[in-house]
Amino acid sequence: MGNWYKSGSPWIWLTSGAVSISLIAVLGLLALIAWRGLTFFWPSQIWQFEVLNPDGNQQRVIGEIYQREMIPALQLRESGVAVAANIEEVESLLIKTGNREFVELDFRWLLTSTIISQTTPKQLAVFERNKNGNFYGYVKSVMVDGVKVTGGPQAIEQALALALQRVKSLAEQVEQLQQGDIGRINYQLEELRLQQRRYQLADDLTPSISNELRQQQDALSKEYQQLETKLFAMRGQMTRDVVMVSDMRGELVSIAMANVLDVHYPNKMTTLQKLGYWLSAIAGFVSDDPREANTEGGVFPAIFGTVFMVMLMAVIVTPFGVVAAIYLHEYAKKGPITKFVRIAVINLAGVPSVVYGVFGLGFFVYVLGGSIDSLFYPEAAPAPVFGTPGVLWSALTLAILTLPVVIVSTEEGLSRIPVSLRQGSLALGATKAETLWKIIIPMASPAIMTGLILAVARAAGEVAPLMLVGVVKMAPTLPLDGNFPFFHVDRKFMHLGFHIYDVGFQSPNVEAARPLVFATSFLLVTVIIGLNISAIGIRNYLREKYRSLEG
Amino acid sequence: MHSYSLVQDNIMNQAVVLNRPVTNPLIASSKIRLLKDRLAQYGITAGGLMVLMTLLMIFGYLLYVVEPVFRAVQITAQDSQPVNAGVRALGSDELNEVGYYYDQQGQLNFYPLIPTRPIPNKEKVSIETQYRVIELPLKSSQAISSTARLTDAESVAFGLTDGNVLISKPHFLLNYNDDTRTIVPNVAYPYGQESLVIDDQGQPLVKIAFAANDEMLTIVALTADNRVLLSRQIASENFMTEEIQWQGDVQQLTDLPAQIDQLILTPSQQLLFVRSGNQLYLYDLSQDEVGAPREVVTVNSPQANVTAVGILSGGSSVLIGNTNGVISQWFETSGDNGRKLSHVRDFSIEGAVASIVAEPYRKTFAVVSDTGELSLFHSTSEATLITKQLTGQVSTMRFSPRYNALIFNSNDQIEFYQVDNQHPEVTWSALWQEVWYEGYSEPDYVWQSTSASDDFEPKLSLVPISFGTIKAAFYAMLFAMPLAVAGAIYTAYFMPAGLRKVVKPTVETMEALPTVILGFLAGLWLAPIIETRLPFVLMLVVFLPVAIVLFSWLHYRLPPSVKFVVNEQFSTLLLIPIVLLVGWGCYELSPLLELYFMQGDARQFISNELGINFDQRNALVVGIAMGFAVIPTIFSITEDAIFSVPSHLSNGSLALGATRWQTLVGVVLLTASPGIFSAVMMGLGRAVGETMIVLMATGNTPIMDWNIFEGMRTLSANIAVEMPESEVGSTHYRVLFLAAFVLFIFTFMFNTVAELVRQNLREKYGSL
Repeated sequence: MGNWYKSGSPWIWLTSGAVSISLIAVLGLLALIAWRGLTFFWPSQIWQFEVLNPDGNQQRVIGEIYQREMIPALQLRESGVAVAANIEEVESLLIKTGNREFVELDFRWLLTSTIISQTTPKQLAVFERNKNGNFYGYVKSVMVDGVKVTGGPQAIEQALALALQRVKSLAEQVEQLQQGDIGRINYQLEELRLQQRRYQLADDLTPSISNELRQQQDALSKEYQQLETKLFAMRGQMTRDVVMVSDMRGELVSIAMANVLDVHYPNKMTTLQKLGYWLSAIAGFVSDDPREANTEGGVFPAIFGTVFMVMLMAVIVTPFGVVAAIYLHEYAKKGPITKFVRIAVINLAGVPSVVYGVFGLGFFVYVLGGSIDSLFYPEAAPAPVFGTPGVLWSALTLAILTLPVVIVSTEEGLSRIPVSLRQGSLALGATKAETLWKIIIPMASPAIMTGLILAVARAAGEVAPLMLVGVVKMAPTLPLDGNFPFFHVDRKFMHLGFHIYDVGFQSPNVEAARPLVFATSFLLVTVIIGLNISAIGIRNYLREKYRSLEG
Repeated sequence: MHSYSLVQDNIMNQAVVLNRPVTNPLIASSKIRLLKDRLAQYGITAGGLMVLMTLLMIFGYLLYVVEPVFRAVQITAQDSQPVNAGVRALGSDELNEVGYYYDQQGQLNFYPLIPTRPIPNKEKVSIETQYRVIELPLKSSQAISSTARLTDAESVAFGLTDGNVLISKPHFLLNYNDDTRTIVPNVAYPYGQESLVIDDQGQPLVKIAFAANDEMLTIVALTADNRVLLSRQIASENFMTEEIQWQGDVQQLTDLPAQIDQLILTPSQQLLFVRSGNQLYLYDLSQDEVGAPREVVTVNSPQANVTAVGILSGGSSVLIGNTNGVISQWFETSGDNGRKLSHVRDFSIEGAVASIVAEPYRKTFAVVSDTGELSLFHSTSEATLITKQLTGQVSTMRFSPRYNALIFNSNDQIEFYQVDNQHPEVTWSALWQEVWYEGYSEPDYVWQSTSASDDFEPKLSLVPISFGTIKAAFYAMLFAMPLAVAGAIYTAYFMPAGLRKVVKPTVETMEALPTVILGFLAGLWLAPIIETRLPFVLMLVVFLPVAIVLFSWLHYRLPPSVKFVVNEQFSTLLLIPIVLLVGWGCYELSPLLELYFMQGDARQFISNELGINFDQRNALVVGIAMGFAVIPTIFSITEDAIFSVPSHLSNGSLALGATRWQTLVGVVLLTASPGIFSAVMMGLGRAVGETMIVLMATGNTPIMDWNIFEGMRTLSANIAVEMPESEVGSTHYRVLFLAAFVLFIFTFMFNTVAELVRQNLREKYGSL
């Protein structure tokens, strides 16, 4: 025992334990996010409970089991619930009952002790709707154009599927009309208004120009009227069909097919069908727009916004970072200025991200953006164009934030290039600039790419500075659309990281939103870890490649 | 940024090679190529220096935004208007373009002022009827005998010789025609053109005070035969005509001192102050019947007499001016015996105090002495903003509605002085020392920047939020440092190379995780678990080390054949199931522990028995979450430092007979200690600047308590929360920038110290 202690073994094991704890923490975290995120899309069983209320009435509750909890019997007895004396704990189930417009709470807790029976009827349907969340119930009948569909349950199911398909294609057309065509007209009308104001401010508004603008406005308005009529007609068509469903209260509810996005019968699905549904749900998650204040639907605008902003940032940070790294590695002489520059790089890496946000807001948005507005967009006054947070300023702020990452990576790449290559090039008569351009930079380009990947991974995860310089909860338009000049860098955008914060903490219905937050977190973590692993892989590959060159 | 040190090591050796000038005659002939080379050199140098410029720009811009807060106040004379006789009341409109005054006969005169601000481009302004005189609707039997004004509005009340009161208000109508903004000065009578009957005996009112809001009007008047009358009127809206009618009653107050020098009503219309000599009588007007004074306080400065009494905007503070130039501030504080008027602080001026005038909406006030000295003070920050000597006595004085000008009557002129006083609330001491705010019983550190009401006193002390930053960083380092340093020691010194290749990147992946996800998990997943299983955390801290040591002893006791296979080198992997088992066991046993030792509920036990406050989102949750975020930073730098200790040092120590652990502690750690120190500094810098985790996992309450079970508000979270909602250019906005500046300086210091230490370390290793 003495020997064991004297050898220092317990301490060594304790330090090893520290590594184990860290490993468990990391892997456990990733596993938790992956599990909770992915199981969200798996179609879960719908249960039908017959519950005995404290007042003696029997009630039917239909819904999904969301969560299970064990409550100590002591706590229950204290709050007035009668529990048998020999029971220590009672399981409590959180049921998502949906049907938000008919019941007060769409989530409720049920004590298993009050449950008389629970079954999984095959005919229970789940309706995914674009308003008021999910609906759980039995499909009773389908009214196609006011006519009730006859036949057995099979016929009704088929009719429902057909009606759903019809409504989906109509919805797609409506969306295209609204966002694409009508959106274009609105955009052009606004452009005309700004043009007129521009002439007015320059005192150039002659009657001829005024007439011409008015003619264009009239033409657009006429086109708008036509499109609007078409839109209303299509919307009218969508409201043609109605499905009658009986809910857990036993009442018959009519749901307009126009509000239904999807119907499925989870209790009837085979594992293969569930797998198919799961994959399509994940695909929908990354391609749909959000609904219900971001608590339902997909995260496509957030993905798009993040990618757009990050690409813009990459365009800004790469030249800046590479030039700075080349300066530090190739041109800087040993002296106080170089020392200051290196300290500056270290400090830029260490400054809290919220300070960048503050600087971005004050300097980029108000000073730079305000000057751009007063110089180039006086006609838009008093509405700011660039003098307000937007994608451009967010990209600039994050470019400064991730600059040290690119500099360090590029410098590392530059240092791995053997001196002999440089010396050979110079000996053959190339100037330093030519050596850099033709030899060094191409060889260092994988390292530059590594740096860029790491910068992108960092920018995808930063939220605090973006909260101040351009991210919003819901952006009505994307920064890229079909209207000239196509890239609208003055618009606000949505961001995956901010989406997590917003949905998790600023939602009206946190219970409903929580699984969605896990799903978004999983998406973000996957992207970032994927980027990091690829960057590490490239770096290791480079290390091996140049080790052999060095000889 | 750990890899930066390695990079610097490599490149320091190579950087020298490339700086030889090019003298090869083979290429001297091509001028263009040389030009390109020269351009590239300048361009790249400029680009490199841009990095330095960026840092300086951030520093400079933050200072630029913060600087106006500490700027001195300026008063400049702007305009002067001659008047014939005395002036009863004066003022100006909001934009300081038209001034007004009521003369002795009660005529309202308007006159144009020289504009104090530049007119925005393309806007034309005209004042209709540059000069205008409006007669007040006084009957022939009525003359003005007393005047009263409000601080936050432009209404003027005149007490008349027949016992009535007429309230009028200068009113400025704006018209926009053809890009020209026209101002039409006029008068309005908010309580009717007919004067209100206060004294039905018809005696002249020698002193009046009034207070009004949209629903209620209160007038207190002293008649010539020494009666005090209180009139209260309530507004009622006529459903048909939507006209507002005022109805009320008049009562005579009885319990009053014989000599009445001044009557003051608070804007809330709940309190009446009566000054008699050096005593102040407080009357509670919230009851229907007003009886005896609630309090009688002697308010004069020692060895001096009271000359004037004023009231600050908001009506909570009373300012008492004395013959010795001392102005004392009093407000109500609650103590053991209920609320009482307390003396809070003093200001002083040369000469005896002649009049005290308060700014609308802010806690600034101006004092004029009988020697003509004018001083501006701010009450909350206890600041004397500016002092100026005026020529002549000042009889009536008032701030303009946007508190950017002072208008006063002196020497038969109405003087208009422009006042540049944008940020009086902030002084260095108000930011960092305890301040006695209105209504508080003692000075305190408070951060409460906004409220819904207009006359709110902003409480901008940086101390509670700086304390929050330090508290969060402390608890984060408490959790992170042992784990990170111990883990790094094992990984760098004891772990076999193959395992290290896997473990190191895995731990470094932690660094890549976005902190928003850590914050969300901490706030929505971890906090409820800790709240329901509190003993679980405590048990982990105790049982994990015990279990690890126990397992290590068991492993030691295994027969050698087994030990060869289940090697000590894989202790990390062996311990993973042990840790998981102990963790699960503690989790399951936690309710039992609660039941037997804490009467079934740990949370109640802590709140009630131990008297410690408990919040669900507290420093424990933040410590764990932020610790998780900071571990990889400390881990990688420490691991690099220990790994870089030359192996011949530890080999020598082992050869001399020391055990591995003794070598580690006595030789390796000591050699690597600067690196470990620098790692801890970096980690601390990261912990101080972390925003998202704190935002989501604490209650964001700016309290000053080391309690691990309570939340906090940090500088960074405060900025993130309040910046989008603060008015650009306001004091609040600039103080938030100051908080960002403080953070910047803080992390700058940490990072620079860490970097310098690491550079020293590099030089030391070079010699080894």
